[in-house]
Amino acid sequence: MVQNDKRILKLLEKNAHFTAEDIAAVLGDKAEKIAARIKELEESGIIRGYKSVIDWERLDEDRASAIIELNVTPSAGHGFEEVAARIAKYPEVESVSLVSGGYDLSVTVKGRTFHEVCNFVARELATIDSVTQTRTQFIMRRYKELDIELTSDERDERDNVSL
Amino acid sequence: MIDYSKIISKTVREIKPSGIRRFFDIANTMENVISLGVGEPDFRTPWQIRKAGIDSLEKGQTRYTSNKGLDALLLEICRYTERKYGVSYDCRREALVTVGGSEAIDAAIRAVTCPLDEVIIPQPSYVCYEPMVRLAGGTPVIITTTEENEFKLTKEELLAAITPRTKALILPYPCNPTGAIMNKKDLEEIAEVLRGRDVIVISDEIYAELTFGEERHVSIASIEGMKERTILINGFSKAFSMTGWRMGYALGPAEIMTEITKIHQFAIMCAPTTSQYAAIEALRSCDKEVERMLEEYDERRRIMVSGFNKLGLTCREPKGAFYAFPSIKSTGLTSEEFCERLLYSKGVALVPGTAFGEGGEGFVRASYCYSFEHIKEALSRIGEFLAEL
Repeated sequence: MVQNDKRILKLLEKNAHFTAEDIAAVLGDKAEKIAARIKELEESGIIRGYKSVIDWERLDEDRASAIIELNVTPSAGHGFEEVAARIAKYPEVESVSLVSGGYDLSVTVKGRTFHEVCNFVARELATIDSVTQTRTQFIMRRYKELDIELTSDERDERDNVSL
Repeated sequence: MIDYSKIISKTVREIKPSGIRRFFDIANTMENVISLGVGEPDFRTPWQIRKAGIDSLEKGQTRYTSNKGLDALLLEICRYTERKYGVSYDCRREALVTVGGSEAIDAAIRAVTCPLDEVIIPQPSYVCYEPMVRLAGGTPVIITTTEENEFKLTKEELLAAITPRTKALILPYPCNPTGAIMNKKDLEEIAEVLRGRDVIVISDEIYAELTFGEERHVSIASIEGMKERTILINGFSKAFSMTGWRMGYALGPAEIMTEITKIHQFAIMCAPTTSQYAAIEALRSCDKEVERMLEEYDERRRIMVSGFNKLGLTCREPKGAFYAFPSIKSTGLTSEEFCERLLYSKGVALVPGTAFGEGGEGFVRASYCYSFEHIKEALSRIGEFLAEL
């Protein structure tokens, strides 16, 4: 890895709005150089994408999501990789992680309604051969996502000018 | 009808109101302002500090403390000062907890100033020193530091200002508004002038924790022969984001601290008890939080400085505090004109450099105690403003 990579990545992880110029200012480097390096990091798959954190609960929009705990029989030779990769392909699936503890895969699933999420779990996830058990936990409210608090309403109470 | 002109003290009446009052009144009543104008952190006080305050209230620790402050706090202050700046003080005889750094500055000035005494004040600097010296009956002697010297106080400037009447030197570094710091070598030169003279240094080190890059804060009290002629002032407002708690302290030779404590005892009694308990927690366990805030300030600082320079407003790298101090001389406007027109046309609030002394003419102060998005928006509006000039 190039020397500044970690710092570039940390800044972008904190705020995807940082431009190459901003990062160059912070690192004391040239904007063109940083822009080229970001492009390389994107192309090599280290930077996988950019998204926004949105508090959908503030909008009158039907959304439901759940954390599904899956017990899975690992396949010979591939372990959990095969089934995890397969589950990850579904557009309804937001995240898939292999976890330690009482179950194997933790999957977050989103849909428009609770019903839609239930159907997806019952018809798709539960019917995968190697999946031996599913436990569905609906998310009732989100408080923080990707380091960003969704519930805090802290306002700047300071004056416009003070010495 | 009572004649207030006969009532109100002449000394007080003659003190100019702080800053540029009219500009401040306008700026603070305007809505939807994108401000870079404040002198306090945007971060909340770290949670464990607030929790310590709450806990003390729950325990009913709501009485006066001893005049000097809680023993545990005085001990932590001395440990912290030794750990951070390498100066050791006797927490029983050489330390006092005050209501913010401001009270410590005021009491220190009053403790040493007699009528006709001169107190040297480098400017541009924070606004309280000059009026405080006048209230104490002393005469402020202003040294205007220059951009060529990075707004540091030089040996030559100091020598030129010293007279037989000089009683004290205010040393406001890291400096609000210039962001200047004095490194060890700079301080050695000042010390060289002062050693052997009966002049006390009132070193306002409230921004000590907020220095960036290679050069970190050095206290003049750590320079050989200077501890005995320094009153070191620091506090919790800036480093720990605790402005509203009003917590500061003074450290110095026992002979002077006894007198300062006397002033504090009669004027204040003791610093707020809840805040004192919270402050203990700050010193004991908040290094990580301070580090995190510092890192964030540093990022914003670099973005702001680079932003001003790209706009053609020359901006030195501020090495301390949380302000950029760009030159607006290229616009041909005075600092006040610049700030007022910018405020009216683009809704961006900066502070004219002249609020910090005449030496601030040609400069404006921009605080980076704001989010990245906020700073970018303000810079972009300043860019529009410059293009329309």
